[in-house]
This record gives sequence, structure tokens and C-alpha cells, in this order.
Amino acid sequence: MNLTLHIWRQKNSTDKGGFKAYEVSNISPDMSFLEMIDVLNEELTHKGEDPVHFDHDCREGICGTCSMVINGRPHGPKQAITTCQLHMRSFNDGDDITIEPWRAKAFPVVKDLIVDRSAFDRIIQAGGYVSINTGGAPDANEIPIPKRIADEAMDAAACIGCGACVAACKNASAMLFTSAKISQLALLPQGNTERHSRVEKMIWQMEEEGFGACTNTGACEAECPKEISLVHIARVHREYMAAKVSSHNV
Amino acid sequence: MNWFLSALTSGIGRKVIMSLTGLFLILFLVIHLAGNLQLLKEDGGVAFNEYSHFMAHNPLIQFVSKANFFFILLHAFVSYTLYIKNKNARPVGYKVSAGSANSSWSSRSMSLLGTLIFIFILLHLRGFWYEFKYGTEVTSTVVNGVEMHNAYQWVADAYANPLIATFYVISMLVLGFHLWHGFSSAFQSLGLNHVKYNGLIKLAGKFYAIAVPAAFAIIPVLLYLKSLS
Amino acid sequence: MALDSKIPAGPLAEKWTKHKFNIKLVNPANKRKYDVIVVGTGLAGASAAASLAELGYNVKSFCYQDSPRRAHSIAAQGGINAAKNYPNDGDSIFRLFYDTIKGGDYRSREANVYRLAEVSNNIIDQCVAQGVPFAREYGGLLDNRSFGGAQVSRTFYARGQTGQQLLLGAYSALSRQIAKGKVELFPRTEMLDVVIIEGKARGIVVRDLVTGKISSHSAHAVLLATGGYGNVFYLSTNAMGANATAAWRAHKKGAYFANPCFTQIHPTCIPVSGDHQSKLTLMSESLRNDGRIWVPKKAMPGLTAKEAVSIPEEERDYYLERRYPAFGNLVPRDVASRNAKMVCDEGRGVGATGQAVFLDFADAIKRLGEDVIRDKYGNLFDMYRQIQGDNPYEVPMMIYPAVHYTMGGLWVDYNLMTTIDGLYALGECNFSDHGANRLGASALMQGLADGYFVIPYTIGDYLAGMAYDKVPTDHEAFRQAEDEVKEKINKLLRVNGDKTVDEFHKELGKVMWDYVGMARNEEGLKIAKEKIREIRESFWQNVKVLGDNEEMNLSLEKAGRVADFLELAELMVDDARDRKESCGGHFREESQTEEGEAKRIDDQYSYVAAWKYQGEGREEALEKETLEFENVKLTQRSYK
Repeated sequence: MNLTLHIWRQKNSTDKGGFKAYEVSNISPDMSFLEMIDVLNEELTHKGEDPVHFDHDCREGICGTCSMVINGRPHGPKQAITTCQLHMRSFNDGDDITIEPWRAKAFPVVKDLIVDRSAFDRIIQAGGYVSINTGGAPDANEIPIPKRIADEAMDAAACIGCGACVAACKNASAMLFTSAKISQLALLPQGNTERHSRVEKMIWQMEEEGFGACTNTGACEAECPKEISLVHIARVHREYMAAKVSSHNV
Repeated sequence: MNWFLSALTSGIGRKVIMSLTGLFLILFLVIHLAGNLQLLKEDGGVAFNEYSHFMAHNPLIQFVSKANFFFILLHAFVSYTLYIKNKNARPVGYKVSAGSANSSWSSRSMSLLGTLIFIFILLHLRGFWYEFKYGTEVTSTVVNGVEMHNAYQWVADAYANPLIATFYVISMLVLGFHLWHGFSSAFQSLGLNHVKYNGLIKLAGKFYAIAVPAAFAIIPVLLYLKSLS
Repeated sequence: MALDSKIPAGPLAEKWTKHKFNIKLVNPANKRKYDVIVVGTGLAGASAAASLAELGYNVKSFCYQDSPRRAHSIAAQGGINAAKNYPNDGDSIFRLFYDTIKGGDYRSREANVYRLAEVSNNIIDQCVAQGVPFAREYGGLLDNRSFGGAQVSRTFYARGQTGQQLLLGAYSALSRQIAKGKVELFPRTEMLDVVIIEGKARGIVVRDLVTGKISSHSAHAVLLATGGYGNVFYLSTNAMGANATAAWRAHKKGAYFANPCFTQIHPTCIPVSGDHQSKLTLMSESLRNDGRIWVPKKAMPGLTAKEAVSIPEEERDYYLERRYPAFGNLVPRDVASRNAKMVCDEGRGVGATGQAVFLDFADAIKRLGEDVIRDKYGNLFDMYRQIQGDNPYEVPMMIYPAVHYTMGGLWVDYNLMTTIDGLYALGECNFSDHGANRLGASALMQGLADGYFVIPYTIGDYLAGMAYDKVPTDHEAFRQAEDEVKEKINKLLRVNGDKTVDEFHKELGKVMWDYVGMARNEEGLKIAKEKIREIRESFWQNVKVLGDNEEMNLSLEKAGRVADFLELAELMVDDARDRKESCGGHFREESQTEEGEAKRIDDQYSYVAAWKYQGEGREEALEKETLEFENVKLTQRSYK
């Protein structure tokens, strides 16, 4: 099939950037979306033009690196997948496809479609862990955890940190990402010892990074490639309020 | 910052304020509606006038109504601060936006809907509450020996004007959309999201968002029709 | 230099305990006087960086990804082994050790493997304490499943995302140390050289992938946890960015490279669909627990999955169950892969390309119900459906082997130190524990064992003998290394030819897959060597790398990596030629049993082949570390 791509090009973080149109032809429906851009990049390189820079790595939907807004939707038109899992059979011959980077103040553009998501790392650094050192852990079966709880924690832990939730949210809110980690550790007994300080610190850091506030539109959940649920955001609300009224941080 | 203030001013804290004030206003609407439905009683406005008089003179009601004004302002003010925060969070927008693919229109338009409702409330208060309280044009009537405003007449006269009646109907439509998202959203913000009750909350929210504004809207329509006959 | 593996004396089961006692320690107050560089943030790198920082060392952590959480360990699906024996089915440390040695076709060190089995249990404890949500039974205890090459259930798992969950556990530990200021993180930074001063590794030269800035970092020890080199084949299950550059440049500075020809071809990957293919996707080996592998008895070219449903039982050949009744579909990876190639070579392959076999769940769904299967493999089935467009609940999957893991790597001694003092290699980056074939769910085990439970002890032994003095990065050796790196980059930018980096990479990959893939022979290897040299020569005359160094430049990054692959590939061929026996993933057609199974030649090849770099354009020198087996008896592997 033949397609017209409108791609955001921006040389570096200080460049103003703008859209540029490209034609690609002979695209096979079996190609992945990123392979389609590979084809474009090979052509551009032959022509001596700078290839389109985009983040990608594992290309199997788990590393969370790829990050494109395709026709207004993070990771493209299909649900529960990342951009790298999107295949061209989801498009039609002659389509116009607009490709943009994640847009958020907290995710500044680095180049073209690549953004800086280190804000997510800093949110985790604020408390997304259980404070134990290596060694000295008790036997793994000493802490029985009901299967349902373990499963729900796993649902939250499945987050790949891609940032589609932020990209999809009209407020560029990072609540789903932040909640996924807080919720996972709030559910598990291992996370219990620090649950209050964790939620306070991580939410504080999230706000510091300049993400917007959640208004429960549910766009994050709908676009999340791992289908992480709003249930976790609700849990974090409870955790946060409980922490604020009962923690010793005055 | 003090823990209490920092909790209230955080994104989640503000959301909780939005939720609690919103739920209060949802309750208020029911009571307001119960009173208003008396406009439809075929008693020449006696019940409604008694009700209005009671509301205007009961100290507890007066206190609650002050609280009500305060919560409306708080709801509006906090939402405005969130609006600014959220606008700042995305300085460069998307060229192509496909919001309808992942969220409802009403959920994305709460600020717009809220602003329209706020304007409506101002006009509504100016037209009724202000006139009853401070105005001089409302006529009087005597019910069971007590002299009081003929509130019923004032309202009926107003709704006899097709422009005003239409304005009220459209405003209730806006309110309906606001509640379509707002009702269940308030529960989510309080952390009340449970697989057993979500269905009920969603259903109650949709029912409320349709029934209450519709019941409000039917009053100007009926009174207008009545004025024609 | 004779290779000294530094394996401690004494009985196998006591070696590690004794060694831990005998090696030197660094006083807690003095640990903060030492700086350690860790390159890579996968399971090995992140766990090492976090653990060393917890001990008090100052750590600098580097990764090429935008976040340490994205290292390719994240893609491991199936699980992690440990000798917990929770299912009460006869597992033990010795059995895990034995299975791993046997699975590796007796080409790994007993002492290392035993240590691996020994610490495997600590890993599970550690990860659970971190909040890794492993799968559980209804009673709340941990669940296990079985994996290839073992007759016990010892694999712990977190749905089909075990690698992700373990990596996020290590990443969270790392994040905690970053917050404490004990680890300084350098994401989007690629190591381009190791700096050696007075025979000791004292730092690295890196390129900032955003600005292109070349800079140096100095330390008392350098740890490479940079993963494997499977991308030499262009198509592999590795991440697009996975590369051998750090390891290869260390090799060129004097670190020996061991067993480079040992590559693992994973049997259950989604088949190639066309020339556009950029990478291959693995479907977890755990699928072989319930899926049955088959091809039609008679060749049926172009058979689709939809048509396969109606093929009657008696016309199907469940070839693994037929040939290996004891292990059936759960034979080790190398055996499963080779058999898939064999049936496809016979013309019985299925799908449009004929390069695929079926993995069928119809029986399992009938036996257990669709819900149980969904619970166990739901995300894998979804992934398959996404890529192939077929629904595996209704029709069989199509799979084919793909390059997945490299058992070879930098040679290390028992302490994980390479032949350069102070330079360590951890995880897939080293050669140590898997011999000629790695068992499923053992890579995660090894990465975390090295990072959490080995290096924190062994590095102390080395550092205790080091002065606290830091080498400034304006030292002559750093300057020189930086200049060399810059010159290499400029050289790539100067060529300005007419072929893209990817075109060269694809060409190399094809040669490697055709001649150094699942089956190798002398003649093919000779051809491969020739061809690789031609491609390399052509690369340096014809490659087209656009732009400058001083910007984010993806083609420049790739060019540097492919240039290194082009050198490493030749060493892989040399190694494969040297090893005229078949063992594990290395199948020499000249050395097979009458039944077509791999035939080892223990009296000649029971050694680790460690290659020493001799300079540009010169053949590398082979040094052999003889493998001693005192606790297991070498037998021809049999999974019948």
C-alpha cells in the first residue's frame, strides 16, 4: 500500500520543529508500523536526509520505549498494544497518517519523535520501592499472599512506563503511571511498612514534575497498552488521604 | 507547607474537594427539585409560595444556603486552578486529536460545561433569588394569614417568556452533561471504585444525570405551555 | 598468560562458602572511598549497581536506553529457576546444578554452575521481599512450572512477564540508591572504550547519545553487564539496540573472549514474514508445557494454520514426542530448534515460507479449558494474535527457531573478573555458566546471581588491594582513549558511501544465519569467513553515515555497533571452526550420531576456548581453559 505520513520533525530540544510530509510506497500489511518507518528512514538516508528519530528497542511490546501519537492516539488505533506491535494491516492504502511525539511539559522533546521521560524515573526514585538491601530476605514462602491480591498487584505491576497515559490524558496527568506502582506495593504485604511515606513522596514528586491533575476521563486506561485500570488510581486516592491524616510527616 | 494545606492543595486534594463539593451540590439539587416540583401543583401556587417563604425564613436553611453558595464558589474556584494547572501541563498540543476514541465528550468538557453552568447560576440568582431577597418588583400574596412574596407568580411570569424558558431548558441540558461524568467521577475521586458497586454507581449516575435535569427542565416547559392556554 | 580460573579448592558444595570466607574484605567505612562503574542496567547491571551502592561503594551506572528500566532483560517471559523444591518433586541444589551442566552439554565450569544453583534460592527470597508479584497458588504460596531440560517444576514466574518483574525489582533497588545519591545514573550514554592504566581497568570513555559529547569516567573497577551479541545475526529476539560494542572494545583492550560460537537458537519464535522484518519475537518456552509441536507426516507446502485444524491425528507427526518420549515437547532448546530445522529441511515445514512448525494448544484447551490456558498464557496468545493475525485459541500457532541468547562472552574467572585486572563481566556478557546451551529460565537466574550475590563479595577481594587514589580523567590514558574513540567516529562519518548501515547489517546477518546458524560445517564456515571479510571491507569504503557527531544521530550509533559486529562475527567463525565437535547450540554436521544428535568429542574439546586479540587484521590467538569434571559423569545427553 501507499501512504502519506505527516511527521513531526524537530532537530533538537531548542529547535521549534514542525510537520513534514513524506510518501511511502509498497508497504506490506504484514509490516509493523515501526518497520514501515524503517523503510522511510532507509529511503531518507539514501537521499542524504536525516532519518526520522524515534524511540524503540525491544519491538515486542514490553520495554515501553516506543512512543508515538498516531492520528491523535498514543500507540495508534488499536487497543492494548504498543506502537511496535501495531501492524500495517490496521491501515488502508492511501491513508494519511499523522505522527507526533508524546506532548507534555514534563516530557520535553529531545529530537523528532523522541521525548525525555526521565520524570517517570524520578517518580520511582521518590519511593517506588521496598527499602530492603540485598541479602537477609526471609524465605520467599514465609509471606503467603492470597492469589487474588498477588494477581491484582501483578495487574498494576504490568506497567511498562511508556507514558501513553500522559500522552492520552487531556491534562497530561501521570496519575495512572504513578498509581500503578503505588497500588502494586500497597496491595502487597512487603510494601506495607512504607505505604504512607511512599504515596506522599511519589505524589509530591509527580506534581513537582509538572504533570497535570487527573479528571477521571479514563483516557489513560483506554490507551494503556497494558490495560491498567482506574481502580489503581482510586486506591491511591484512599492511600493518599489515609497517609495525609495519619502519617507523622507534619 | 503545613500537612493539611499541602494535602488540600495537591492535585489529589483538589480533586477530593471537587468531589465533596460536587456531591453536596448533587444532594442540593434533589432538594431544590423537590421544592420546584410544587410549581406544578394545581393550587394557584399556594404550596410553592409557602415553601419559598419557609426557605427564606428558616435559620437552618439560611445557613445551609450560605454553605451552598460557598461550595459552589469553591467548586468553581478549585476547578479553575486545576484548569490552569492542566493547561500548563501541555504547552504544545496535538495537531490531530482523537479524544472521542478514548473518553466521553462530557468528561473532556467539564470545564466548559461548568463555566456555562456557572453563568446560568449567576443569571438564575439574579432573576429569582436576588429579586425575592432584595428586589421590589415581586408582588405579595397572603397564604393562611401570612403575607409573603408571590414567588409562584414571578416564576410563572418568567417562564411565560419563551426565551427564558428555552434558556432554562438548554441550561439543564448542559447540567445533564456535566453530571453525566461528574456523578460517578465524584465517587472515583473519593477512592470508591469497587467491582461490586461500580455498576450501581455508574447506573445511578446516568439515571440522575438524565432524570434530575429533565425534571427541572419540564417545569419551564409546562409553565410556558400553561401560559399559552 | 595462562588462564587461571581461580576456582577454590575443596569439595564442590563448600567452594563458594569457603571462598567467601577466604577473600579479602573492604572495611565498611572504606567502601565509600572506592568508585565502581557499572555499564548496563539489565538484571545483572542493575542488581550489581544497587547491591554495591547498598554496601557503600560509589557507583556510576550507564545505559544506552532512556531509562534503566528498559534494558532487554525486561523481555524475558517464562520464568526464573531456583532449587527451592517447593513442589516436593525431588529438586535440590545438586539437581539444578546437574541439570544446568548437562543442559550446557558439559562445556561449563562445575564450580560456577554449582554456585549459581546455590544462590538461586536467595534470588527468589530477595525478589519476593522487593515486591515482585510472582504467581501464587490459592493457598498464597508461590507457584512453579516446568521448563525445558528439567524433570522437576522449579520455575518461578510472573505471568509471561517474569523478566519485566524481576528487572523492575532490580530497577527499584537501583532507583532507591539513585535517590540516596549513592548511584549516579547516565541514561542514553554508550560506552565506547575501557581505559587501562598500569594493567588495571580504571575507567571508560562514553558518548552522550543526545549531544554526542565524548567524555571519560574514572573508577577503581569497571563492571560490564552489557548483554549478549545475538544481534550479530541482524534478526534475533534481542532488542534493536542490543550490541556487543562494550564487550568487544574491552576485548580489543585485552579481555579474552570465550566460546564466541556458542549461540542459542530459541525454538519458539514467531516466523519471519518477509524482507522488511526488523526483529523476531519470542514466544515463551513455557508454551511447550501445554502446546504440542507437530508438522504433517507428508509434506504439505503452504499449509496454513486454519487448514491445519482439520488435519486428522494420524496424519500429524508430533516429532518431539515421537523422538524423545521421556522429555517430549520439553527437550532443551538446542534439540527442539534443530529438530524444527530438520523437519523443515525435509520439506514438511508449514506456512507460506515453509519455515515454520505448529505449536498446538487444542488438546490442552480440551483438557484444561480455555480459561486455564488464558490465565497461564493469555498475554502470549494476545501477542501472537497481534503479530500474526491468527487466533491461537482456535488454530495452532506457527513457530520457528530464532537467535536468542549467546552463551559465549568475555572470559571471566570464578570472581567474574576478565583477563584485565579490575574489569568484570556479569550476566549474558560473560561466558561462564551455561556451557554450550542455556536452559530456559536460567538467564534471569544467572544475571541476578552475578549482580546480587556474587560480585558484591568478589569485588571486595580486588578493591581491598587497591589504593584509594582516583585517576583524574585528564590523565594521558583517558585522553588517548578519547582521541581513539573520536577518530573512529570521524572515520565512520568520513566514508560517505552509498549503502546504509542496515543494509550491511542485514548482509552480515544473512551470512551468519546461513553458515553459522543452527548447523555448521567446515566448508560453510570457510565461506562465511571470506564473506564477512568482504562485507567488512566494503563497509569501511561504502557505508553512508549522515550528520555529525555533535547531535543525536541514530545512524552513527548503529554504524559503530555494526562495525564491531563485523569483527566479532569473524571470531565466531574462527571459534566454530576450531570446535570440530557438536555440543549444545553448536552443531557441527561433521560430528553427529547415527540418529542425527549432537556428538561431543570430550577428549579433544573439553575446554573453554578463550580468544586473545592480537591487533588489527591479525588472527586471534586461542588459549584453552581445560574443563575438569569431578562431580558429574560426562555422558552423551539423552532426552529420550
